[in-house]
Amino acid sequence: MSWNLFEDLQQMLRFHFMLNALRAGIIVAVVAGAIGYVMVLRRESFAGHTLSVIGFPGAAGATWLGLGAMWGFFGFCIAGALVIAGLPGTRRAGGSGDVGGAGEQPAGVGTVQAFALACGFLFVSRYHGFLSGLNDLLFGTITGITDAQVLVLLAAGTLTLTALLLLGRPLMFATLDPEIAAASGVPVRLINSGYLVLLGIAAAGTSQVTGSLLVFALLVAPAAAATRFTARPAAGLSLSIGIALLITLAGETAAFFTPFPIGFWVTTFGFAAFLLASAYRAATDRFGQRWPSAPALSPAGGRR
Amino acid sequence: MPVAGHVGVMSIQETRHRDCHSEVIRLDDAAVSLGGRTVWSHVDLTVRAGEFVAVLGPNGVGKSSLLKAILGLIPLTAGRAQVLGASPGTHNARIGYLPQRRAFDPSVRVRGVDIVRLGLDGTRWGVPLPAPLGGARARAARARVQEVIDLVGARDYARRPIGQCSGGEQQRLLIAQALVRRPELLLLDEPLDSLDVTSQAAISTLIRTVCQRDRVAVLLVAHDVNPILPALDKVIYLAHSGALTGAPEQVITAEMLTMLYGTPIDVLRDRAGRLVVVGQPDLPAGTVPPQIPASR
Repeated sequence: MSWNLFEDLQQMLRFHFMLNALRAGIIVAVVAGAIGYVMVLRRESFAGHTLSVIGFPGAAGATWLGLGAMWGFFGFCIAGALVIAGLPGTRRAGGSGDVGGAGEQPAGVGTVQAFALACGFLFVSRYHGFLSGLNDLLFGTITGITDAQVLVLLAAGTLTLTALLLLGRPLMFATLDPEIAAASGVPVRLINSGYLVLLGIAAAGTSQVTGSLLVFALLVAPAAAATRFTARPAAGLSLSIGIALLITLAGETAAFFTPFPIGFWVTTFGFAAFLLASAYRAATDRFGQRWPSAPALSPAGGRR
Repeated sequence: MPVAGHVGVMSIQETRHRDCHSEVIRLDDAAVSLGGRTVWSHVDLTVRAGEFVAVLGPNGVGKSSLLKAILGLIPLTAGRAQVLGASPGTHNARIGYLPQRRAFDPSVRVRGVDIVRLGLDGTRWGVPLPAPLGGARARAARARVQEVIDLVGARDYARRPIGQCSGGEQQRLLIAQALVRRPELLLLDEPLDSLDVTSQAAISTLIRTVCQRDRVAVLLVAHDVNPILPALDKVIYLAHSGALTGAPEQVITAEMLTMLYGTPIDVLRDRAGRLVVVGQPDLPAGTVPPQIPASR
């Protein structure tokens, strides 16, 4: 490794596995940034975490049965999303209480998560030749992504983003104020389940880059940072995607040039972004009147 | 914003005579059960366009269920209901609804203006185009949102994250959300609860203005009837066994309220002719089962 940045990057891009890692990283970061932003607004981080963990028994089981790990990730994450959506007591329709991401059912979701982890270890123990891959499943790798995997990720990512954009406003409505949304005719239950499936697909895709346990670095850190920088939905969503892209590409590059694994780098950069955003929030809340007073606004509220 | 003025009995009667035909809500012998228990039954109710109607009754008697039944969110177990000329739930887009007092968590980082906007087009699939591409429709939507925010007097804090607004500020923004589609019927569940006296007066004046100027029918569940008394056209007293409907001066009398709530209540009249209810009209249902007189 020289200290000429341009040459270093050229050298990195000569490796096909690295190109695939970067391609997969870009797809996964865009999806995780967008889906994660909504997840943070919905305060379904625990469900998101559970869906990421559910990918692990899926991948382990699929490998044990001789299928690709990827199918296990997707199959289990989508099935897990449907199970969580079907848990009784999730988002009681018409229930009053706090609004704004009225959330999830921690006890039920936690039980599903524990069961999933237990299944994962069962599958690992049945398949003895598997031990070297365990770390990759849990903490990610940049060497293992094939051309076919990139294509599947691209298809899944396109599908997920399209569905997210189509759900759009009703999803936001059901997220921020489920009671009024339901009264206005938004199919809140259906949207909640649909969103969980999208979250499952995003978690499954992200797992293949960061590993099951570190999916959260991409799902939650960029989104949490973005909501601290701005309260505008469109700006927050874009910023979340931007931060996710930045930390993924930086993490993959760092993983290439250092002996440390990708999961570590992506998580570290994500954590740094979150700390930065929190510091920014604390500083602006404390020192600056960030909210423009009424006369400073354009009359028609043109700033969006 | 002007504070609720001295509106005497005269203007109450004027409003009542203004519009006597188009029925917005009609319940005939309606009943609702939740979890196998009959919440209320034998309820008859008619609300016309431009009428300001208060729903009173002890806690737990199903005042909120009445609003939900009108929205079609819970089914009637008996009787018939017509809302805006159809069965409940058909025309909810033409109804503005404010559920019972809830608060946005302080960590909710979405602006008040975005919450109001959801009331306008939150049920439409997809996302709005970015500002320069949206064209006239997007400009009209933004102008309408700003107009209704100005109407409720929320301009100063509408661009703050809603979780950081006070309870009263959130309530005003939610009322703006309920008004943004120019509804024909407003269903408000204790909208004045947890507001200070000035805000209560301002909000009730606002609701009355909308009701009179735009001929919006208002059905308002009230905990404390005093702030809205001057504006009321009609009062519904809800009990398990039925509902008693009448003009405020008929229902809101010391004898009637004392009998209905089963506890001593006084109704006084101040110098401007306004009624004031004094007492404790808020015992839990069941302490003393209120009996509705047969005549309605």
